[in-house]
Amino acid sequence: MSLSRDDVTRVARLARLGLSDAEADRALTDLNAILDLVDAMATVDTTGVAPLGNPLEATQVLRADQVTDIDARDALMANAPAKADGLFLVPRVVE
Amino acid sequence: MSTLNSLSLIEQINGLAAGTFSATELVKAHLDAIDRHRALNAFITVTPELALDAAARADQLRARGEATELAGIPIAHKDLFCTEGVLTTCGSRMLSRFVAPYDAEVVTRCKAAGLSMLGKLNLDEFAMGSSNENSAYGPVRNPWDLDRVPGGSSGGSAAAVAARLTPLATATDTGGSIRQPAALTGTCGLKPTYGRVSRWGMVAYASSLDQGGLIARSAADLAIGLAIIAGHDPKDSTSARDPVPSYRDALDSPLKGLRIGLPTAFFDHRMSDAMRTRLTTVIQALTDLGAAMIEIELPHIDHAIPAYYVIAPAEASSNLSRFDGVRFGHRAADPKDLNDLYTRSRGEGFGSEVKRRILMGTYALSEGYYEAYYKKAQQIRRLIKMDFLQAFTQCDLLLGPTTPGVAFPIGAKTQDPVAMYLEDIYTVATNLAGLPGGSFPAGRIDGLPVGFQLMAPHFAESRILNVAHQVQQVTPWHHDHPEGL
Repeated sequence: MSLSRDDVTRVARLARLGLSDAEADRALTDLNAILDLVDAMATVDTTGVAPLGNPLEATQVLRADQVTDIDARDALMANAPAKADGLFLVPRVVE
Repeated sequence: MSTLNSLSLIEQINGLAAGTFSATELVKAHLDAIDRHRALNAFITVTPELALDAAARADQLRARGEATELAGIPIAHKDLFCTEGVLTTCGSRMLSRFVAPYDAEVVTRCKAAGLSMLGKLNLDEFAMGSSNENSAYGPVRNPWDLDRVPGGSSGGSAAAVAARLTPLATATDTGGSIRQPAALTGTCGLKPTYGRVSRWGMVAYASSLDQGGLIARSAADLAIGLAIIAGHDPKDSTSARDPVPSYRDALDSPLKGLRIGLPTAFFDHRMSDAMRTRLTTVIQALTDLGAAMIEIELPHIDHAIPAYYVIAPAEASSNLSRFDGVRFGHRAADPKDLNDLYTRSRGEGFGSEVKRRILMGTYALSEGYYEAYYKKAQQIRRLIKMDFLQAFTQCDLLLGPTTPGVAFPIGAKTQDPVAMYLEDIYTVATNLAGLPGGSFPAGRIDGLPVGFQLMAPHFAESRILNVAHQVQQVTPWHHDHPEGL
């Protein structure tokens, strides 16, 4: 499969990733080279093979339903670039 | 000028116990060495006050007979392990001012053991790379030749250990990021079994592949280090509950009767004559120690790189969606709306390789391509794991090269991402299968170090360390170090 420049723009939009025109040009070349590499997978017969997600096939673990998290809102928000009154600030989304 | 930093980890432990030198003297010797070798760019942050405080505490405890064995021993952490109160950048502009509010579990365990943290080590941005050239803080240089890369992504960890700036460094390995830099710097690196070491507080790249581990100067030193960081952590839902054996006790087991598999695909026409000579020397040492060599087929091994470069970017694109300019990390100035805030913060904060992997991963997961890429890669992942499990019914562990060749010149592969990805050709399969793997020095080619790699069944780290330790009893390669160090 080969990507077009429009595909790169579409994927960048899906990823909310800002790219300059030069970066998008470069991405087109690089992604097509990477796709050439990974397209070799198509030659492998995987009929009936279950996908492997966790290498140890571990399943989700459960724990007792007890409060364990400490109350650390201020510490956890210390890195927020914009905040007020314990809230994260973003540009206005509702007029 | 003190040379305490040239002692191995075990020699440092013994020297402290005997009172030959203090932890303060030991830490000072390492801080001086870090200062002398700033040109390597191995550290992003050095923490001399914290290191000397920890050393002073260790000296007081030792004077009262209350010190743990490792109290005061220096360590440095790859800069994607969160450290409370100390900058954690992940080698990214995105996190250039990020100070974590808590320690990673690995860091907590090192503190509990009494280790003195010297600082945070450089890496490829978010651990994506095989040369340490993808760091927003500049490339790390290889102590063997400053014009060459140290490998990556744990390039700072490997260069720091090779240059005797620390006896032990934490590192992480998603597709070879511990083993490849260890090989290219003449150091020893161990990637444990997936789940053996807690990922809590280790910034995520590809969560089903990421595993924390160590770089040190010998297999015996790795055994000491692994005992500190291995074990179940309820805060990491993928953390393994299997008991942690005594890695140190296993080091001296004789190798007589051990069956070592040689994957035919690792020794085919693609291997250079020089690398074959190095590996033949390792095989001879193992044969002399009583091990038997068996040829092993891994039928799907050539598809490991393609599967890896779908799965890892897919998981990365998901993990890195958390960097949105809202809760932490870089935020673009004057966003005109929320979408502009996300898009520009991420565009400005991430470097080119991270962007490439986010795009590749987003594409592989996007509607209409999921079956052909992500699902297909996960099916191949199972076939590769089954190949290894089949191999381990015939042999006890596998031996191969760690890399195709020696460290390459800085800049040689930066314009060709696929050439860079092929650096991982011998290492990614173990990550896909979740197996432990280690790289150990195998001598030099044209003056530059290369490594041999051991791969073992799940949770058989002891076997890797045992075999490497026995080889290191009869070969000199792990003592090799750059001139003037």
